[in-house]
Amino acid sequence: MASTGDLEPTHYPARRAAQVALHYLNTHHGSPFRVFGLQQVHKASAEDVAAGGRKYKLDFSVTDWGSGSAGPALRCSADVLFPRTERHSAPEVQLHCEALHQINSTAQEEDAFYQKYISPDSTVSARDIPDSFGNMSEEMQPFWRLARVAASFIMLRESSENTEFNMAKVASVTQQESSEEQLMLEFVVLLHDFPSQEIVQWKLLASWSPDRGVRVLQTEWQPRCPHATKPPN
Amino acid sequence: TMKGSIMGVLLVLALVVQDRLAGGLELKSYDYTKYHTMDEISAWMNQMEMENPDVVSSMIYGQTYEKRNIALLKIGLNSTTPKKAIWMDCGIHAREWIAPAFCQYFVKEILGSYKTDSEVNTLLKNLDFYITPVLNMDGYNYSWIDSTTRLWRKSRTPGTGNCTCVVVGISRNCCSEIYNGPSALSEPEAKAVTDFLGMHQNQLLCYLTIHSYGQLILVPYGHPNISAPNYDELMEVGLAAAKAIKAVHGKSYRVGSSPDVLYANSGSSRDFARLIGIPYSFTFELRDEGQHGFILPEDQIQPTCEEAYKGAMSIINYVHDKNFKSAAITVTATLWTTLTALWISRTNVI
Repeated sequence: MASTGDLEPTHYPARRAAQVALHYLNTHHGSPFRVFGLQQVHKASAEDVAAGGRKYKLDFSVTDWGSGSAGPALRCSADVLFPRTERHSAPEVQLHCEALHQINSTAQEEDAFYQKYISPDSTVSARDIPDSFGNMSEEMQPFWRLARVAASFIMLRESSENTEFNMAKVASVTQQESSEEQLMLEFVVLLHDFPSQEIVQWKLLASWSPDRGVRVLQTEWQPRCPHATKPPN
Repeated sequence: TMKGSIMGVLLVLALVVQDRLAGGLELKSYDYTKYHTMDEISAWMNQMEMENPDVVSSMIYGQTYEKRNIALLKIGLNSTTPKKAIWMDCGIHAREWIAPAFCQYFVKEILGSYKTDSEVNTLLKNLDFYITPVLNMDGYNYSWIDSTTRLWRKSRTPGTGNCTCVVVGISRNCCSEIYNGPSALSEPEAKAVTDFLGMHQNQLLCYLTIHSYGQLILVPYGHPNISAPNYDELMEVGLAAAKAIKAVHGKSYRVGSSPDVLYANSGSSRDFARLIGIPYSFTFELRDEGQHGFILPEDQIQPTCEEAYKGAMSIINYVHDKNFKSAAITVTATLWTTLTALWISRTNVI
């Protein structure tokens, strides 16, 4: 049913594959001060591969959400392979972005953020980032970005040609005891999947430091039945 | 005690005046850059009707599951002849708060400009606008309860039988976000719309349904194998609207049918509208593209509404001109013929 050969860049098959490449990019280059978003798909094609699966070739641009529309767009190319296996397995991504290391360094902010929260007395704990109106304090913004990067590990792993994930919100962040000089954070995130329109809840444990970047140590899918209780009249 | 009574009366009067003033002031400074509760929106609808009695009337056309009256604002200049109309609904999906915000903004814009802007005046003269600011009132109200209900999507009709979670690779027993109901049009809200569209189908030129998120303009149909007969024209009109949107704040909106751009979603009211013969049907998915998703920050309400307004007006003006410009040409031609005939007859009088 899916098309092979050149793909329309604005249509969903190319977009979904590009989002997968974005998740991959964020797992490698995301930080409390950097999250990449898809700006545009320029060219895309897909073909079935011998081992069973579909490989997408993509030419696209990304921007750093932190810089907003003022920021420069980075040109990227990626191969995204969706395996065709009995049980779902994660897509495989090969990615190259131009000038990745030329974008404005956030080392200073990262160090300041790290120093502030690596202290043994630090016990950050917060819920609903953002709140229902989209508000988020400035202090919480790096934590939101960290959650978004950590969630990218899950979104990447869970992606298929039939999904398109975004992070809807951070339900909670709870700082854990630092380990091996890494900030340890437990997040509960809500992911939104476009095709099914479902909201999926995951709990995860992530570590971060300026040197090692974001790593995800544990993930746990959480059942979500918030509507089991009747709302007040 | 006489003095006391007078003081009492004066106090009551003062309170009444203050209450009226406060009510008036509060209503007059309605903030279109903030999200509003269902009660606030209902009160605002009443205010729009009260303040603009010559162009605004309200109509109740159904009831929600929780027995709320589903109401629309009918906006247009009075006419002795039946008028063609534009339909716009917002808030079918509870969590898409920017959509009702846009409907309110749209109403404010046309009411604020029809007296001075000749283009808007012509639109209100020739067309009626049927605008439903919040279609899924129960769901919208529910999404305001607290942060755990913020991402609710559907109506409050309870699911029947076994609910299953539609989650990638996993199934559990809990209710799906997009449970579709036991049969087509089983939700009272959906039925209210389709009944209204059906009753007014000869009047309705254009059907617009407003959602978020994704920055998309979708054309019928939702099924991959069916195209609307005027698909090429719809795409052209949609692309022009996207261009108008981009000119405002630089945001790109993709244009296409759901199966192409998004995902197959049969049974949508937009497809129903096209199926029953409303020629121009579009779904708007407003900001953003996933960074904030459904929880669009309030500081983006104004720019989102500004660009969406231009997009909607691009479509509405096209539809209007298609139906009325040729009529204008006919009128003009008739006028010239009459004038010429008069002149000839005059000059021939000796």
